[in-house]
Amino acid sequence: MRHIISILIENEAGALSRVAGLFSARGYNIESLTVAPTEDASLSRMTIVTTGTDRIIEQITKQLNKLIDVVKLMELSDGPHIEREMMLIKVKAATMDQRDDVKRLSDIFRGRIIDVTASTYTIELTGAGSKLDSFIEALSEHKILETVRSGVSGIARGEKCLQLN
Amino acid sequence: MELSGAEILVHCLKDEGVEYLFGYPGGAVLHIYDALYNQEEVKHILVRHEQAATHAADGYARATGKPGVVLVTSGPGATNAVTGIATAYMDSIPMVVITGQVATANIGSDAFQEVDSVGITRPCVKHNFLVKDINDLAETIKKAFYVATTGRPGPVVVDVPKDITDPNIKIPYIYPESVHMRSYQPVTKGHPGQIKRAVELLLTAKKPMIYTGGGVVLGNAAEQLRTFVNTLAYPVTSTLMGLGSIPWDDEQFLGMLGMHGTYEANMAMHDCDVLIAVGARFDDRVTGKIAEFCPHAKIIHIDIDPSSISKTISVDVPIVGNVADVLADMNHLLGLSKTQPDQAALAEWWGIINGWRAKKCMSYDRNSDQIKPQAVVEMIHEITKGDAYVTSDVGQHQMWAAQYYGFSKPNRWINSGGLGTMGFGLPAAMGVQLAFPEETVICITGEGSIQMCIQELSTCLQYGLPVKIVALNNRYLGMVRQWQEFFYQNRYSHSYMESLPDFVKLAESYGHVGIRIERVEDLRPKLEEAFALKDRLVFLDIVTDQTENVYPMIAQGKAHNEMHMSPYCDLPQDPERELS
Repeated sequence: MRHIISILIENEAGALSRVAGLFSARGYNIESLTVAPTEDASLSRMTIVTTGTDRIIEQITKQLNKLIDVVKLMELSDGPHIEREMMLIKVKAATMDQRDDVKRLSDIFRGRIIDVTASTYTIELTGAGSKLDSFIEALSEHKILETVRSGVSGIARGEKCLQLN
Repeated sequence: MELSGAEILVHCLKDEGVEYLFGYPGGAVLHIYDALYNQEEVKHILVRHEQAATHAADGYARATGKPGVVLVTSGPGATNAVTGIATAYMDSIPMVVITGQVATANIGSDAFQEVDSVGITRPCVKHNFLVKDINDLAETIKKAFYVATTGRPGPVVVDVPKDITDPNIKIPYIYPESVHMRSYQPVTKGHPGQIKRAVELLLTAKKPMIYTGGGVVLGNAAEQLRTFVNTLAYPVTSTLMGLGSIPWDDEQFLGMLGMHGTYEANMAMHDCDVLIAVGARFDDRVTGKIAEFCPHAKIIHIDIDPSSISKTISVDVPIVGNVADVLADMNHLLGLSKTQPDQAALAEWWGIINGWRAKKCMSYDRNSDQIKPQAVVEMIHEITKGDAYVTSDVGQHQMWAAQYYGFSKPNRWINSGGLGTMGFGLPAAMGVQLAFPEETVICITGEGSIQMCIQELSTCLQYGLPVKIVALNNRYLGMVRQWQEFFYQNRYSHSYMESLPDFVKLAESYGHVGIRIERVEDLRPKLEEAFALKDRLVFLDIVTDQTENVYPMIAQGKAHNEMHMSPYCDLPQDPERELS
């Protein structure tokens, strides 16, 4: 099962390596991990996408909570939540046919073309991971030159918040 | 008061009440060593290898319950300390290890004696810190002691770059009274609802079993445990780490469980219907085959660390809390309870258990013309009236010490259970002897293990530590040999110790007393002679039976009711095994 875990962690040197090290040391899967400071510069927010049985996920959350730098943790996939991932994708667009088709697909997926050269388009697309996968799939007729994905960021729906008390 | 970083560090240790600092100087910590000069509150113990500094601090901590403190230099000083840090981590021992580091400006430049100490130690510490600003130093030390000693204890490393301790940079010194960390708030009290459920479940048991571990020793809960055990009159077993919490000769005590546990303890585990685990973590050496662990039992688990609960074994009633507090709450509820244990069922259960006991699983050949290691340990128990502090290394001797010494008090049995570190025994004994100079401290070891930290004989001389070293010398890496006999068709690959030193001369060359015992009839008089030498370190080199094995034994991955038994007890040996 796929799970999304959100963490508030002290924004200190080495905090990321404690989390990454925990996953590798205990053999847990890690699909993606994103981290950046929050509105409170002393805290970072991390979103981890992982897979495992319920028992393993329980251990992962306990082991993460045990890290001294972890302030708070929430398993987002336990309740209604929103997940978003951002992708930058550079596609070959040299002929008129290619340019028209890529533009059309980008529009359908509500992407934005953010860089244009005589032979390439670079598209920015945001959405759930599955939408990004579908877009890549839709571009299968074209030559993808580069793909950069941010990894998943997530937030709970409604009034539920991961914040300090 | 304006102090340099080095002086601040030493003052912090004084304010923390640190009695002994185990260490070894080197370039990155010279400012700190200079601040240690000309002061007497913090007594520095100069070891001969940094691994020994950590083990000595660890032994001190296990015997006293106070944190052990270590000071080593950067690079090799820190890497040598890692084995001892990992040893303490696996057994949840409170320890603060200060490692020197190259100056902040040089970090990352592959400077002389630079390693990423924070990175290297990260997987084997409870937490670690790199001090980047002298203004953070005192608070970081306070946090280090706080984290190391609260919740589930463990080692904490503080990496201090050399420029932070510069004698020319001084700032006002204030040691914080207390410390608050928003990300670290260990629980103490257990959940009252869970405690009530646990008590109710315990009282329904027809075949109950109490399984206690190192958490009882670390959590100072032996008194509460004894009340609990006596109130219920249920059978109790202990892990290797929990020995001494219940006196070895208590009628209700079935001995140790697990891989080298007693027949009665393991059989009772296998057949029980309600199990309560008290400060124990279902280690693989205890559970054997997970799928067949306590197959009929509802399980209650008390542990201070939530991540220990349902890690390997799913439990029915988890209680997260300090063992002493949770047991006190349970004792209180038991006192109020109108329900009583089912006495008829309990009597029947004790009948079955006593039948297992009657098989005398710990029997060995008492008429042998060779010295039996079990006999040595039993004799030491007699001579020291069971009241010594006993450290050990790792292997057969460790198991015999655990099985045959007979501990009556907690904190007396000091060994590396989790990591299984050879070389632990002698330095750990130094830490214990420093803490209790008047007590008898014994290191039960083998001729293999003792050579892993033998250099500490020199430290023992310097500080006048009269440790009694009992080397059960069978000229083999005994536990390796035993596994090779059982599981590798007697192919004794590299388990034979050739070219052993003359341990008597070796001890003498370090300024100690060496005694070699080869004949059964010499055993008692020579042991008595050794233990009478109160103020001398005595190295007893005891030539024991090379073929002796540790029994009972559950092979790795087997269930509790599948044991290899001693040929001298009233039980069949494993018929599948080809005997040598």
